[in-house]
Amino acid sequence: MTLASTAATGATSGQPQLVIDNVFKQFGEGPGAVTAVDHVSFDVKPGEFVSVIGPSGCGKSTLFNIIGGLLDEYSGNVLIERERIAGPHKAVGMVFQEESTFPWRNVIDNVAFPLELQGVNKSERLDRAHHFIDLVGLKGFEKLMPSALSGGMRQRVSIARTLVSGPQILLMDEPFAALDEQTRLLLGDKITQIQQDLNQTTLLITHNLTEAVQLSDRIVVMTYRPGKVKRIVNIDLPRPRTSDVVSSDAFGHYVAEIWADLREEASRGMADTESARRASNRG
Amino acid sequence: MVGAFVLLETLLRYGVVNKYVVPLPSQVLFSLERIVVEENILTRIRETAYEMAVSCLAVIVLGVPLGAMLYRWRPLRRAVLDWVAAMAAAPLVLAFPLFLVMFGRSPTTVIVMSVITGLAPIIIKTTEGLLGVRPVLINVGRSLKMTDAQMFRMILLPAALPTIFSGIRLSWTFVLISVVGIEFLINLGGLGQLINDLAERYDLPGTYAAIGFVILVSVIFFMLLERVEKWLRPAK
Repeated sequence: MTLASTAATGATSGQPQLVIDNVFKQFGEGPGAVTAVDHVSFDVKPGEFVSVIGPSGCGKSTLFNIIGGLLDEYSGNVLIERERIAGPHKAVGMVFQEESTFPWRNVIDNVAFPLELQGVNKSERLDRAHHFIDLVGLKGFEKLMPSALSGGMRQRVSIARTLVSGPQILLMDEPFAALDEQTRLLLGDKITQIQQDLNQTTLLITHNLTEAVQLSDRIVVMTYRPGKVKRIVNIDLPRPRTSDVVSSDAFGHYVAEIWADLREEASRGMADTESARRASNRG
Repeated sequence: MVGAFVLLETLLRYGVVNKYVVPLPSQVLFSLERIVVEENILTRIRETAYEMAVSCLAVIVLGVPLGAMLYRWRPLRRAVLDWVAAMAAAPLVLAFPLFLVMFGRSPTTVIVMSVITGLAPIIIKTTEGLLGVRPVLINVGRSLKMTDAQMFRMILLPAALPTIFSGIRLSWTFVLISVVGIEFLINLGGLGQLINDLAERYDLPGTYAAIGFVILVSVIFFMLLERVEKWLRPAK
């Protein structure tokens, strides 16, 4: 028996909080059209941590934008609590791959920003912002401007800013992509701890295999273009989990097994990129 | 700076530089008191500073919304942005007879011409600043379901502020030159007229002293701008 078990949509029990149902997205028309997301279906249950992993060009970011409501021209359904989303949904909090703190606001004002929009009074929003700054481990940095922080700290500010408004679903697009491996592992610990403390439903888009296995309950493996679900893998590693898990045998088996799937897709992606380069050089 | 003055004084005294073209710095220094006492300098500074202040405020009040408009409406931007850039290069000051006919020989002519001269950089830089806002910041705003007005006030404008301020600095430079230049040209009111008078009297030290007062007023304006920028952009 393999460690990973291939699962159909809704493999684990409980009512899904987020359902991605037969989502299809194509860019352009005619012979030059590119299918980014090809009839993708999976779901995320309350309190579950699901990662979507795939090679560059598999439509992960397109899927992120669709679920976040930033791309609304697609077919299929994205349902939150059985309601089809049209545009950004208040239940979804998004953390972006690029650095997204506001450079003109200090840490606490960055984190309190969503509460300011909601009209929460100043003392309450500062209290709540302090709580989440503490949660992401940035206590003592409240008055600093983002320019005085490292990349990892700025990303934690973004995560705190997203969590402060209490989203039902935390949606993250490769939030640690720009960070070094050690910082990534440590921030992974932080995310795991927060997710466990808040029982936060989380969907992570990533291309990083170890990060996906370290953090997830389930991993959706995508094919290279067009992006389809290749299989869904249940990660049966113990919780509460820390980055120590990376040294376990089971972790290694999961990584090897998912890599076996991804390798073929990544090779296709690489070959595609190389032939496109060759063609453009000839042109 | 003191060293440069001493060097210039030496070069002039030894005839290396012609003292009928450049006055001795010491003479300029001594003429300051004469200019203040005899030429009614405070009133002149007030007149010039008033025209500068109105023009500088007007370029911001008109230029930033116009720049925002060009950012918002792409067809308008494509149609007029090149013309606005061309306007920045045009010697508008030569159109002064036209403005004299419209507004008379009055501070209004100086202000209107200076505003028109200073508008282009601030419009261009505002548009450029807004177009340059990182898409991820706009996506943060969209994910938080911000309205267009909130997005403009709380994300676009603060993100574009550094570029807008460099536009303001450029515009103010144009405005300050234009105010003194037009006062000089139409022989009206403040420091520009004083420079004209003193130059016609061939009072070189006085002319340079009056130019010194123009520089002083300009420095005060840019110090004020610096303060405002520091207040609006604490991260700077």
